[in-house]
Amino acid sequence: MKVLEMKHIKKTFDDLEVLKDISFDVSEGEVVSIIGPSGSGKSTILRCATMLEEIDGGEFSYLGKRAAWQENGRTVYAPKGELREIRKNFGLVFQSFNLFPHYSVIRNLTDAPINIQKRDKTEVYKEARDLLAQMGLSDKENAYPYQLSGGQSHRVAIARALALQPKILFFDEPTSALDPELTGEVLKVIRSLTERRMTMVIVTHEMNFARDISDRMIFMDGGVIVEDCTPEEMFASDNERLRGFLGKLEGGY
Amino acid sequence: MPISIILTKILEGMGVSVLLFAVTLVFSLPLGLLISFGRMSKYSILRVITSVYISIMRGTPLMLQLMVIYFGPYYIFGLTISPEWKNFAAAISFVLNYAAYFAEIYRAGIESMPKGQYEAARILGYSRAQTFVRIIFPQVVKRILPPVTNETITLVKDTSLAYTIGILEMFSTARALASAEASMLPFVFAGVLYYILNAVVAAVMVKIEKKMNYFR
Ligand SMILES: Nc1ncnc2c1ncn2[C@@H]1O[C@H](COP(=O)(O)OP(=O)(O)OP(=O)(O)O)[C@@H](O)[C@H]1O
Ligand SMILES: [Mg+2]
Repeated sequence: MKVLEMKHIKKTFDDLEVLKDISFDVSEGEVVSIIGPSGSGKSTILRCATMLEEIDGGEFSYLGKRAAWQENGRTVYAPKGELREIRKNFGLVFQSFNLFPHYSVIRNLTDAPINIQKRDKTEVYKEARDLLAQMGLSDKENAYPYQLSGGQSHRVAIARALALQPKILFFDEPTSALDPELTGEVLKVIRSLTERRMTMVIVTHEMNFARDISDRMIFMDGGVIVEDCTPEEMFASDNERLRGFLGKLEGGY
Repeated sequence: MPISIILTKILEGMGVSVLLFAVTLVFSLPLGLLISFGRMSKYSILRVITSVYISIMRGTPLMLQLMVIYFGPYYIFGLTISPEWKNFAAAISFVLNYAAYFAEIYRAGIESMPKGQYEAARILGYSRAQTFVRIIFPQVVKRILPPVTNETITLVKDTSLAYTIGILEMFSTARALASAEASMLPFVFAGVLYYILNAVVAAVMVKIEKKMNYFR
């Protein structure tokens, strides 16, 4: 079963055609990394898939349920109630975390499950505490976001997304806001999610990490997918644009 | 007239001032929020109406607004003005005027919220209303506390304007007593009491600000 299917997605900002024709899918348990130069539209793909931006062309679906498609040359989104159900399938970990500053760590995790999804309070709290323990944050349960380090904030953001039990989790550049030391810490957490067979799509600049954890890698450039293959194939590819991109990155280290 | 009686009368006037102050806050704070919604509405007609309203309320003297609302029913509709009307006229004028100021404060606070908070809430399944009530508004309250404190302190002093339509609040009481007794003393009392009122208001606001300090 495909958790996510994107077909011929187009997205234009004013005159700028950011996504020209993007198609890919993600199967259950799969880890897909998206790499590519700055401005190639990686964040825009995640924002379209999570419905923070409206698509201008194509269609996409979660677990076979269509979220948006074309009708008479116009994009239509599923009715509100259906969209609400579809939204439950995915979580997104923002680059800037976007924790709720006025909620304690535990409340950041439990507010939506309890007050929005109306799940059982005791059960939600138990699961939230388990998640915090897994993230090594048990002692931060009652802390407020301003009291956390970058790495801790990031783990809270992951835990908050997981508390809603998504089928697929999107990460936008999980390490770009962190110093190199914390990067290792965050990557360890994401790796632990792969052990749980969490389905994930990760936009990243960490090539070694991507190669390590991904089942598939997608290389984007100029609004199209240039390569969509296994990490081995990706690093062995002789595509010029890809070589150029990887070469530049290596030069940087 | 013995000092104790002067003081009692001034304290009675202060009761009226405090009542006008409280009524104004209780009604203008929520009304201001509603007006700020109109000001930020996606419907341009609502935006135009509310921004005209705000600019009139802020661009003309409160004293004049008091007059218009007090005498309006007589001059516009030819109604006789009952003795109680002046109390309502004062309350209505103050509420309408302060709501305009609060609306702009709310708007600035709401517009200063980072987009990421809305987006995070959306991904987590919050509806628009839930996002506002649970995520945005509590943070806005913290941000707007300093300008709200300023307005509140101005309001304490502004209540004295109600004397223009014959409300016997603290200032008009002091004025009447001062001329009857040919003495400065009533003004001194009133001044001290206004000062104390504002000190109390400032202390309460500091307390609320401290209470909101649990997050940043
Ligand atoms: N809301 C927007 N309005 C206008 N242009 C936008 C908007 N969002 C993104 N863009 C433009 O779309 C292009 C792709 O942006 P995007 O953020 O998807 O790139 P990216 O691949 O994530 O880059 P980076 O690696 O730097 O994060 C950029 O040129 C950007 O300026
Ligand atoms: Mg990006």
